[in-house]
Order: sequence, then C-alpha cells, then structure tokens
Amino acid sequence: MSTVNEKITSEIREKVRELLASGHVAAFLGYTSGSVPMVMQPLIIRTPEDADRLEWNSFCVLNLANYLPALLKSFEPPRRPGDPPPEGPLPKVGVLATGCWSRNMVIQVQENQVDRDRVVVVGISSRGMVDRKKVLAAVGHRDVTAVYEYDHSLKVSGPGYEREINRWDVVRDNCRTCVHPDPVIFDHMIGDLKGERDVADRFRQVEDIEVLAPEDRWSWFSTEIASCIRCYACRNACPLCYCPTCFVDDSRPQWVGKSIDKADTAIFHILRAYHCAGRCTDCGSCESACPMGIKMRILTRKLQKDVLELYGAEAGMDMQSPPPLSTYKMDDPQDFILTESIKGEEK
Amino acid sequence: MKVLILDKAGFQDWLRALAGEFDIIGPAENTKGLLDWNKLEPGELPDFRPGLPKSSIKTFFFPQPETLLEFSARPGDDQAFRPHEPSEGRRARLLAGVRPCDARSVALNSMPYASDPYFLKNRENVAMVGLACTQGCSTCFCTWTGGSPVGSDGMDVMAYPLGDAFALEPVTGRGKDMLLKASSAREAAQEDLAALDALKASAPSSLPDAMDPASVLREKELMSLYNASFWQGLSESCLNCGTCTFLCPTCYCFDIQDETLKGKGRRIRYWDSCMFPLFTLHASGHNPRGEKVKRVRNRFMHKLKYFPDRFGPLSCVGCGRCVRDCPVNIDIRQVMKDLLAI
Repeated sequence: MSTVNEKITSEIREKVRELLASGHVAAFLGYTSGSVPMVMQPLIIRTPEDADRLEWNSFCVLNLANYLPALLKSFEPPRRPGDPPPEGPLPKVGVLATGCWSRNMVIQVQENQVDRDRVVVVGISSRGMVDRKKVLAAVGHRDVTAVYEYDHSLKVSGPGYEREINRWDVVRDNCRTCVHPDPVIFDHMIGDLKGERDVADRFRQVEDIEVLAPEDRWSWFSTEIASCIRCYACRNACPLCYCPTCFVDDSRPQWVGKSIDKADTAIFHILRAYHCAGRCTDCGSCESACPMGIKMRILTRKLQKDVLELYGAEAGMDMQSPPPLSTYKMDDPQDFILTESIKGEEK
Repeated sequence: MKVLILDKAGFQDWLRALAGEFDIIGPAENTKGLLDWNKLEPGELPDFRPGLPKSSIKTFFFPQPETLLEFSARPGDDQAFRPHEPSEGRRARLLAGVRPCDARSVALNSMPYASDPYFLKNRENVAMVGLACTQGCSTCFCTWTGGSPVGSDGMDVMAYPLGDAFALEPVTGRGKDMLLKASSAREAAQEDLAALDALKASAPSSLPDAMDPASVLREKELMSLYNASFWQGLSESCLNCGTCTFLCPTCYCFDIQDETLKGKGRRIRYWDSCMFPLFTLHASGHNPRGEKVKRVRNRFMHKLKYFPDRFGPLSCVGCGRCVRDCPVNIDIRQVMKDLLAI
C-alpha cells in the first residue's frame, strides 16, 4: 500500500469525522472504492461513522465539483421560480479539492452555481491521477482483478499474470502537464502545498496537432471521435456542464441529430468544447469518464492554450479575476476575428 | 449432425467460403486498440482472446439507427413526403465469435420485440457463430441471469475451443447448412467428444456461484422494491450518462425522428436511454422521471423486476459491460443483491 495514500486517507477521515460530528457540515463529498479495480466511486456521507468509508488513491479521477451544486441544493427548501431565497443560514457541505477541482469551484462561485460560504473545502495537493486506460493498455487489455498501489508503482494482476508498472508512466495526460497541483481555495489542508510545477512542453499534445495540415487535423479529429456512442459521459462528468437543457437534448428546436451520424457527433464534440472555452481547468474528467477511450480533452486543451496566449488568463485561478471570456480590455487582441481578405485590405 | 473439428486454418477457410453469402463481422481491435465488432476481411479470423468486445451485438438487430422509411423532402416533388421503403437493402451478415451472453440477449430482446417487423427482419438476416467462454472475467455473471459460459441460445453454430482447434456444433438448420462449407473439418473422434463434455462441464466454475434472482424477484412485492431506501444513495454517485444503457445488450429503448438532408428525408429509430431526462419528458413539459434518482431506479427496476414480471427472465445477460465501464462503479450485481435482501 502506498504510504502517501494511507496518510492522506487517514487524515481525510479524521478531518471529515470532526466536521460532521461538530455539525459544521451536513454532508461530505469524497471518494470510496468499489467492486472494480481502478474505478473509484464519488460518495456523499452524512454521519461521522461513515467517514471511515472515505478513501484516497490515484484513481480519484472524476472532478467532485461536478456533484457540488446538486448536493447544496438538496439542503435547500423547494422553491418555485420567483419565490424569494430561503431565510437564514443554510447547511454547509464539505468537499475534497485538488488544484483543478478547486479551480472549478471558483468558477462555480463566479458563475453563481455555488455559494462559497456554504462550502467547506478540504484541500489536497494532487500527485497526478492514474489513467486506468493506460494501465489496461499496458497489460494488453486483459482482465484486471487486483491493483495494489505503492508510492511510485502499481502492481497489476489478473488471470495468469502480474505486472509492476511505474506510476508516473500511467499518470493521465492532463496531470502530467499540470502546473497547478495545489488547491487555490481551501478551508483545511491535508498535507502540504507543493507549489507550482515546472512543466516543459505544457501544450505539446495540442502543438503536435496544430502543425498538421487542415485535412490531416480533420482526419485526426474524425478518427478520434469515430467510436463515440453519444453516451454523454464526458459532458455529464464535467462540472462546467450545468445547463438545465443541453443543446444536444433540446428538441424544440432540435440543433443536433440524435443518432451516431458523423456530422452530428462532430458537432456535439466541437460545441461541447467551445462551451468550455475560458472555463476549462483541464481536470480530465471527460476523458476519464469516456468508455470508448476518446481523447476529447485535447479539444478543450487547445482552447486553454488559445485563452492563455491571447488573454494571459487561466480559468478559476482566483476568485477576484473575472472569467477571461466574460470580460474585456481595450487592448485585447482581435486580429483572429478578421478574415484574411480584411487583413489584406488593412495592409 | 455430428460435431466437427476445425483447426485455425480450417476455421479461416470456412469463413472465407461463407464470405460469398455473408458480410463477416467479428471482434477485432479498433483504432483505439480496443476489441470491438468490426467487418473482417474474407479469411480473417475473429480475435479469440478472452473477454468481451466493447460494444454488444445489439446494433446488428436493433441498429443505431434503423431507417424505417424514406421520403422526398423537396416541396415541388409530386411524391414529396410520401413514405416508401428504405431503398438500401442490406447483405446478410454473419457474426463470428459471439459470446454466449451476447447471443442470449437477442433471445431476450425478442420477447418485447416479438411482433416488431424490423427486429424480426434483422434476426433473419444475421447468422451467429458462437464462441464458448473458457475463462470468466471479473465482471461477468451470466450464471446469475440464467445463462452459461458454454450456452448456445441464439447461435446458429457453436464453437468450443479445444486446445489449438475448435469443436463445432450446429444449433439451427441454418447452422447445419453453414457447416457444409467447412471443407477441411473432420468428424470429432471419441476423445474430442470427451474433451468437449469436460469443457462444457467445467466452464461455469470460473464464474461466481450461480443464483437465480429472477425467480426470487418475481415473487417480491413490487412497491417494496420500488420504495427501497438504497436508491437515493445509489443515484447520488451516478453521472446519469448513457454508458450503461448504450453498452448494454438488453437495453432496447428507442425514439423515432424524421431527418431531412438535401431534399432527402428518412424516418429513423435510434437508441434512447432512460438515464436521459428527455426520455420521459411529456409534450406538456411535465416529466414523470424528472429527478436522477427516479431514472436510476427505473433502469434497474425495468431489468430486474418489470421485465421478469412480464416475460419471466431478467432483462440482463450478465455480460458485465455496465460494470466494466461505468465511470463511477455502479454495479448491477450489488443492486441485485440489495433487492434480493428486501
């Protein structure tokens, strides 16, 4: 067993037990392990006794911010549109947060989805989460019956085999290029803050595609999404996706076809990515949730790169900075809006 | 007809001989390196490795999407908006290397689709060569649902791996005809038959102990299951995505729409998912399953209670795809146990 995870798990349990026992929070949102190796289950607990069910390891890949608005709402009295907000303080809830998850919580506060005063953030500096699909590929997609995590390696076993895998080799692409592992907001911290990571080639995956000719880029994209089954796990795992009715679900009017027509699937992926522009924290939930191994995260990564290059901004880094695409400066670059012919005329 | 023995080369020749009559489809690596259903070249063997392809075989019987009819959508056309049969016919298809759970799903889906002309036509048009499982997966539980790792329900021909070769048994008349083309096959000898019997007897032991939840759940009072306290907690971790329903071989719900493109119209029937809020949204705006907990409950209640009450067996073949690929580890085996405990 990983001593790092053991220590974090026991500190989480202790802190959460205390928060629930004192009545400081009414519920706590964390992770527990289940029946399938390498797939953790987001878990909401409401009693101090249940704190021992919480666990922490390298497979906590889904962003817990995703569950936060609904959890907060579950403690609010039912309201109809137009009803006044409830009087008096509402119960608080606690949640675990790594760097990216905490940045999504900042965005949720900025976008009025979450009331910061009702959330107790228990921060953890992330070591990077493991990509289950990389592990499965490393063992030739054989059945995996057990995975033991050590500090820097995984012991993976199944019928007739056992393999030791270096942990960092199978860490998710987004985590390997993550610069901000520390939570940007927290009320309690588990372990120490680690500081910014120095990452060379942060946007390498995007640059490798940017250099391709347009038809090759299209071919990459078409091949990448060819196996999409339109299950929307990517959308539903994303804390940015909270529209009451998603554009793909709208039926009056209907914007996108419902089956797996190539054009409809392409529109879904492109529009989903654009809705995340200037908001995505590269938490990687979309890619981790995808049952088909589609690397849709590269699309949102491209938008992060653009927003960083054009506006010098990264989403959710602090509560005070406005969301980059919801504000403007007089000297914002706008060259990209112009068509080639207009640019020509200007010259 | 007798049991035949075919080695791999013979299997290859047999599939090549059948390629005149069928498009042959079998498990093969997709562009992501994952095992999935792909069209095989004549003579190409399906991937026989243990474990299930990503997707089930339901799209071959209940296509995503199925074109029900076509029409001209050009307003000036005197035949505009008059429906006609889809113009494009489909070649007969042969699915090679079908696992027993997947084949059984076709038999189960035939119950609600007993009088569905589209489903029935596809059934006629698709032949199946089965492949017995000699190794269970950690997510399989076919024996809980009335299936067997060596079961041949729904197959036309059943193949059992015997060392480097296969024992082939015809299951239907069509299967018998197909086997006539296995030119390099030899008849099974006494020791082959003994090995086959041993395989059939031993295979299920690699799976969890058999239980029979269908008969127990049929006896349970419906509302006591419906009102069980665990649904709330279960639904709290659910993402409400459609992974489980779309990968499931026995989820058969659909919606119908008309699509038009460049003057051509078609009416399609496509997969829907009870996990999606739109699934039960009424024209009035009312949604009887407006909350996630109601949708999660419905999916399991349909498979484990409503379907058995109406048709007998569970609407589940224990393939474990939902267990394997649920992003938040919701496990139908646990739900079954929780329901049985009520």
